[in-house]
Amino acid sequence: MVSHHIIILVYEFVVHNSQLAKRELKKTLEMVSHVSIKLASERVNHSVASNNDPPRFYTPGEVITGIQDFMRGHGTYAEDDCLKASVAGVMQKVNKLICIRPLKSRYVGEIGDVVVGRVLEVQQKRWKVDTNSRLDSILQLSSVNLPGGELRRRSEEDEQMMRKHLQEGDLISAEVQNVFSDGSLSLHTRSLKYGKLSQGTLIKVFPSLIKRRKNHFHNLPCAVSVIIGNNGYIWISPHKSDILMEGNKDAIENYEIQPVGKSERETMARVKNCILALVASKMMLDDTSIMFAFEESLKYDNVKELLDPEAMLDVAFLTQHRINIIAEE
Amino acid sequence: MPAADLLSSQGLRLDGRRPNELRRIRCKLGVFTQPDGSAYLEQGNTKVLAAVYGPHQASKSKMSTEAVVVNCQYSMATFSTGERKNRPRGDRKSQEMSMHLRQALTAAIKTEMYPRSQIDIYIEVLQADGGTYCASVNAASLALIDAGIPLRAYVTACSASLGRRSATHEPLVDVSHIEEAADGVCLTVASLPSTGSIALLEMSNRLHMDHFNIVLTRAMQGCRDIEVILDGAVRQHLAEGWTKQDVITI
Repeated sequence: MVSHHIIILVYEFVVHNSQLAKRELKKTLEMVSHVSIKLASERVNHSVASNNDPPRFYTPGEVITGIQDFMRGHGTYAEDDCLKASVAGVMQKVNKLICIRPLKSRYVGEIGDVVVGRVLEVQQKRWKVDTNSRLDSILQLSSVNLPGGELRRRSEEDEQMMRKHLQEGDLISAEVQNVFSDGSLSLHTRSLKYGKLSQGTLIKVFPSLIKRRKNHFHNLPCAVSVIIGNNGYIWISPHKSDILMEGNKDAIENYEIQPVGKSERETMARVKNCILALVASKMMLDDTSIMFAFEESLKYDNVKELLDPEAMLDVAFLTQHRINIIAEE
Repeated sequence: MPAADLLSSQGLRLDGRRPNELRRIRCKLGVFTQPDGSAYLEQGNTKVLAAVYGPHQASKSKMSTEAVVVNCQYSMATFSTGERKNRPRGDRKSQEMSMHLRQALTAAIKTEMYPRSQIDIYIEVLQADGGTYCASVNAASLALIDAGIPLRAYVTACSASLGRRSATHEPLVDVSHIEEAADGVCLTVASLPSTGSIALLEMSNRLHMDHFNIVLTRAMQGCRDIEVILDGAVRQHLAEGWTKQDVITI
């Protein structure tokens, strides 16, 4: 709270000078009273790891083992009859295959993953989508459900109407259909749960924080639905009732342009800040951890308070504690 | 020719270090959230920030089907030097630095793994007190590791000079600004210390052949010492960021 000392010093000095300046300064003091400036040495350490036995870490260039009876996987390379690490992280061993998994990296797709992405380009018969992957992903015109027709041939007109369906900058949820040999992904949205995302907020986190689960679409009890994309993009939107999901297209379109109420938006912001708190402490994200964090955050009345480093650490710590209790049972 | 006054009669340097001592190195990984990887590094009073974006889709004109394209930008803040700079980037010196950085970092990155991609590395010098190139390479090395980009080994850089004490010559490691300005020789080496290979070698001023080997050896020793320090920082960063749940999922 260095700023306060300075202001108080200036304040005392000005009091002797003029009444006007005093009033001005009082106003400034009120304005900055909620601002907290911290020294770099007083920064909060977000780590909640219970470091009783940290695993063995490998760093680039470090020799893991001799090459004779092991296979090299991701994050390793062979040189001088040795298997060496090429990234910094922990070792994963499956029979003879050795991989080194880094703390964070770009998204590496697998078939069946749920992803959230942003349309970058509209091309002939396909869209280019940014999915936080090493190369841009592709969404073919033949792998989307077009409005109206259930199953029909894609005509010339559909090709010309592509921009009407998905425009540059639109956000979509999709599933990975195929991984090409160069690592780029082909997506599909051939299900009612996938497709264009309308109202909500997007958070980008690094993909290694997200667990692969059976279900990545969650309707949280706090009337907010969350799509936790495997690629580290998380979409938070107001809760949609199931009747609307199955209802006709017009009803859905009408519903999607309805303004979202203030309380709903506040809940969404709270969920977002909870996720940010978990990410700052590098905790894994799934529906349980998000919901625990949400419940722990309720003691902070104002959503804004959750952006304080102390509050973030507090929420993350309490969440970690509850997860540990579950793990013990 | 070695400048005469770089070593005192007690064998100490202008800033009080011994000839084989590095300046204090302090570093931190993951200082930004927006880029894929970032690092801050202090080497004495030289302070550098590095940010890495990628690997991401390369633009069509730059794309290569064999290897990843490494793109470097070196820039010095206008307030980084004693005299205020008016161009932070784009001048001849920065362009040359960017080129040399790219050369050293491309030697370490396993470029063949990511065809059709691009890695952008941005370096910002906040305070320049000699050895900005060395600090930039070291910071970029940490930022690349933070981004999870596969490297052959750590790439580190160190400079060395030559001082004279009575009749004997002695090599000086990690040259500071006053030593650079004293018109002595300055040899900069970027290397992969664990393999012993040299990625870049640059020398300003003339040096007698007889002395070259001892100066080079001292600079290489400096690179190895820096690698140990960086390795410690990376391990500490991993230990802080590792939660127990990750281990269970294996």
